[in-house]
Amino acid sequence: MINSSLKQLATMLASKQISSVEMTQAFLARIKKFNPEINAYIALDEPKTLAQAKAADARIAVGKAETLTGIPIAQKDIFCAKDWQTTCGSKMLANFVAPYDAHVISQFDNVGAVNLGKTNMDEFAMGSSNETSYFGGVKNPWDFTRVPGGSSGGSAAAVSARLCAAATGTDTGGSIRQPASLCGFTGLKPTYGLVSRYGMIAFASSLDQAGPMAKSAEDCALMMNVMAGFDERDSTSLNHPKEDYTRALNKPLQGLKIGLPKEYFAEGLDAGVAKVIEEAIAQYKKLGAEMVDISLPNTNLSIPVYYVLAPAEASSNLSRYDGVRYGHRAAQYDDLMDMYCKSRAEGFGAEVKRRILIGTYVLSAGYYDAYYLKAQQIRRLIAQDYTEAFKKCDVIMGPTAPSTAFKVGEKADDPVAMYLQDIYTIATNLAGLPGMSIPAGFSNGLPVGLQIIGNYFDEARMLNVAHQYQQATDWHMQMPKGIE
Amino acid sequence: MALNITDIKRIAHLARIEVSDAEAENTLTKLSGILGLIEQMQGVDTAGIVPMSHSQDVVQRLREDVVTKTNQREEFQKNAPAVADGLYLVPKVIE
Repeated sequence: MINSSLKQLATMLASKQISSVEMTQAFLARIKKFNPEINAYIALDEPKTLAQAKAADARIAVGKAETLTGIPIAQKDIFCAKDWQTTCGSKMLANFVAPYDAHVISQFDNVGAVNLGKTNMDEFAMGSSNETSYFGGVKNPWDFTRVPGGSSGGSAAAVSARLCAAATGTDTGGSIRQPASLCGFTGLKPTYGLVSRYGMIAFASSLDQAGPMAKSAEDCALMMNVMAGFDERDSTSLNHPKEDYTRALNKPLQGLKIGLPKEYFAEGLDAGVAKVIEEAIAQYKKLGAEMVDISLPNTNLSIPVYYVLAPAEASSNLSRYDGVRYGHRAAQYDDLMDMYCKSRAEGFGAEVKRRILIGTYVLSAGYYDAYYLKAQQIRRLIAQDYTEAFKKCDVIMGPTAPSTAFKVGEKADDPVAMYLQDIYTIATNLAGLPGMSIPAGFSNGLPVGLQIIGNYFDEARMLNVAHQYQQATDWHMQMPKGIE
Repeated sequence: MALNITDIKRIAHLARIEVSDAEAENTLTKLSGILGLIEQMQGVDTAGIVPMSHSQDVVQRLREDVVTKTNQREEFQKNAPAVADGLYLVPKVIE
């Protein structure tokens, strides 16, 4: 069961081969066994989870089931879920119990999916290794001495170790795709605005986007059918017509034009990763695709631009944590100002503080034009690179991350080295484009992800491109050793 | 532009985050590294380029000015560090 697709699990439920309660209990048992080591989940609530499973069984019994009814899904702890502890990986929110549901959570509730628990993450989604979490790091199921990637590291480890049927994540600069690459599964960051940010704790609002993390492209398509949709409560939600993301999965790839940006294969890319990506490209040629050389000349500027825009937006978003209405309040303080300063100093971890300080600096009087405005201008140049590229190709491919999973602690004290992890993923967030990562093989026993970038609203085609590859290969079916 | 310890203290105050002298030293090193990375932007000619905030260049939607939410004060105040009579408590600010 643990390696079954969502469709197979749905069939098992529909044919009464297993109940949702039994399926949920089986995953909860796996979590009990493996989570003490892996630390993928930071909040579990068995009674609530099993009550949802029971309700799902009742729904299935009366013939009202949808595809994901009764399926146990792990939710990144960035999503508010009513009456669930919702911490965003921070001490600041360690005691926060969400009083309402995020749009993503209510979408899953509406179809009768089961919330299996809340997954660990880098604090406020700021990190690429899950090491900034107040609740401790997460181990990569492929090698416990290595990081799972981040910020959606808990969801990544949960999918990879088969501690859930599928999971949700969010991606501001690569937080779904980079962990998908490092943990060997399929993850999709949709077009900005496609999935509502309502109730999703804000990091950098113009870049944050939620998406599915699952075993296969087909599973991601089914998750997208639930997650996507217009929501008036998110002012940047796009009123885009509802789509069936599974509709194009079986289209042959004959004649597909794949763009290969020369900047994604330049210096800085690990040789073992490059080899796997070249083999994946060869496989796509066999499937009938045609390769086109393209250039994204402003790629190197994406990290500087991101580290102006994201911290600037974060410093503004995180100003809400003042120790007054919710969140951590210091025990000792002299006056109101002292209470703010001490509560925030105690409640935030080092990386979050750094980003707030960078953001405060670039937005401070006299610097706005030189930093924030300039970054927004270069952001448009980066987006235009893609517009030009998509005149020559249907999708863009390259590596998701420059290396395989690195050792715990290896980059923890060097923010700039950590930031370079996202060199191939950040530009798509800046452009607002959809991107995904699929397992493409291994280098020294560690998973390597192939990145597929699509044009705006082209998720169905990207999922098709990924699915056809997964029909011809079995990289996505590989599981880490010792998790049986 | 090179930062110094005084800048760090000023920025931290603007951000309402208390920073000890020892932390300020370390923060200075880390922030200087990040600003070094950001400096790469300055060589780019951006004259006449319209800043971009949303990929679809959408504008803010407006809605009818009607009541859409119910009062959930008690529910929301369960998460507050200190409340009394439905009010949030903070240290005295007016004598």
